[in-house]
Amino acid sequence: MTAVTERPNTSPGNRIAWEIRDALVITRRNLFKYVRVPTLLIFSTVQPIMFVLLFAFVFGGAIALPGNLDYIDFLMPGIFIQTSIFGSTNTGIGLAEDMNKGLIDRFRSLPMSRSAVLAGRTVSDSVRNLFVVFLMTGVGYLIGFDFQNGFFSAVFAIALVLIFGYAFTWIQATIGLAIKDVESVQAASFVWVFPLTFASSAFVPIESMAGWLQWFARNNPITHAVNGARYLVLGEPWGSASDVWITLLWSGILLAVFIPLAISNYRKAV
Amino acid sequence: MTTPIITVEGITKSFGDVHALTGVDLEVEPGTVYGLLGPNGAGKTTTVRVLTTLLKPDAGRATVAGYDVVSQAAELRTAIGLAGQYAAVDEILTGRENLEMVGQLYRLSTAEARSRADEILERFDLAYAGDRPVKTYSGGMRRRLDLAASLVGRPQVLFLDEPTTGLDPRSRIGLWEFIERLVEGGTTLLLTTQYLEEADRLADRIAVIDKGTVIAEGTSDELKGRIGGDVLELQIANPENIPAAMAAVAGMCCGEANLDDDGETIRVPVESAVGTITDAVRRLDAAGVQLVDIAIHRPTLDDVFLTLTGEHVTQETNGNGELVGAGRGRRSRG
Ligand SMILES: Nc1ncnc2c1ncn2[C@@H]1O[C@H](COP(=O)(O)OP(=O)(O)O)[C@@H](O)[C@H]1O
Ligand SMILES: [Mg+2]
Repeated sequence: MTAVTERPNTSPGNRIAWEIRDALVITRRNLFKYVRVPTLLIFSTVQPIMFVLLFAFVFGGAIALPGNLDYIDFLMPGIFIQTSIFGSTNTGIGLAEDMNKGLIDRFRSLPMSRSAVLAGRTVSDSVRNLFVVFLMTGVGYLIGFDFQNGFFSAVFAIALVLIFGYAFTWIQATIGLAIKDVESVQAASFVWVFPLTFASSAFVPIESMAGWLQWFARNNPITHAVNGARYLVLGEPWGSASDVWITLLWSGILLAVFIPLAISNYRKAV
Repeated sequence: MTTPIITVEGITKSFGDVHALTGVDLEVEPGTVYGLLGPNGAGKTTTVRVLTTLLKPDAGRATVAGYDVVSQAAELRTAIGLAGQYAAVDEILTGRENLEMVGQLYRLSTAEARSRADEILERFDLAYAGDRPVKTYSGGMRRRLDLAASLVGRPQVLFLDEPTTGLDPRSRIGLWEFIERLVEGGTTLLLTTQYLEEADRLADRIAVIDKGTVIAEGTSDELKGRIGGDVLELQIANPENIPAAMAAVAGMCCGEANLDDDGETIRVPVESAVGTITDAVRRLDAAGVQLVDIAIHRPTLDDVFLTLTGEHVTQETNGNGELVGAGRGRRSRG
């Protein structure tokens, strides 16, 4: 029996090509789950849609916005961000499940790239986020939402939502690999995301919050992300270009910190 | 003397206060089947994890296929296959998709990965179920698929961690046949097991591992020989007479009598077969104990374990007579 030794050369360019292919193999495998288990797709999209409807119809009337902006227009950029951040909790849970099934052990014993399992997981969860954002946009349109700045701003808004959410998938990957137990990961990935998202400009204007909370909410990176998306969807004064840049900066910082942490946890995963 | 394909020298590994490996040494010849035999918690999985680069040892040195497990981990992974203690297959994917995925991750081309998957499904009698999601597979089929996946990369060295644990007896025997078949190609196999019978049947050489270290090594026969004398086994008519019977045969030779975990068989080490049975019968008769059965046995691996550790490896069975796991018995040293 011959060993698989005739491996393609390992020049840096080639290495990167292999790493991308490995990541795509894993991405594909993760996305299969949504195709094969339709109930999973249904239930993971019901919640965001329910949020759109609940917030629009429950809070819509109570929240007075300056300049007579419709609450649904205010809400949608916020709920995009909220959805992509909540969606990132699937990353940690998915990795913990793979770990408990022994799949991570198998992957780690294969001559594949050390980052591919994480890259594949974070990318497939972002693909799912994109799908959900599209679906919510459709629902939003049915109840009066509109991208008010044209097509390209809409594309940039969705890109911003996905990039920011992508940064969060790496935080969740780090948590999932460190905690391992699926149910604990479920709790641990939600417990901080929930208050962080609500104490932001996602659902209500910051001015309506308790005084002490306003300071926190104003500096919350999620507020910048929401305002950045709002700027792209609605224009001034709902956000500003600087919110977009700050959000990209935050995303960069989070990725720079959590990609190495997650990969280090993956290498040590037991 | 050929160069060993696996060498392990003084490997230690602790998890906090738990000293999982306290110094493991092994050498495995290429093309052989090596059995790592030990009870639950002995350190088998930890050893396999160190050799497959999943875990860094605290101290010591190990090589597999000429590659150091720490400094050449990436190269080493191209030469090995691993089937861990739990069947690591994706339930959502079909059997074929699982194998194709692993093939692609061994960096075969898509076409190669596909033909390799077909070939392996055929070889493992899974072709008929290849396009079904794995969640519809039985435990035995999953285990087979898991073993199949470990072979996709045509490994020089294959690691199987407790390949038959949790299987019913029929699936177990079926799997043994597959394991025998997969090493026919000359692959070196290191397998761990809690089952003496399994090591005896599959392995060319066996290392008995306990509390993180190898306590004996050799062929099955060598290990059996190491215990020295034969063992006299006897069953008596009335269970109430067991203490009397044990007392009666206690002084026969070189050790005290033990009661087997079944609560019926009394075992006592004896030195030579000549006159032993007569002697035993005479002693029991004098003690007024009636015999049902008496026999002399060459030691089994079970006895080896008992001699080496003072503890007994029990094979627990569930209601269906299936082996469900092995643990330590409380039997005292023989
Ligand atoms: N990740 C871990 N953390 C803490 N203890 C561990 C870990 N892995 C194994 N152990 C401990 O190390 C010892 C050996 O375990 P293991 O190698 O799994 O044994 P075996 O496979 O022979 O049953 C056991 O006492 C086990 O509890
Ligand atoms: Mg084990």
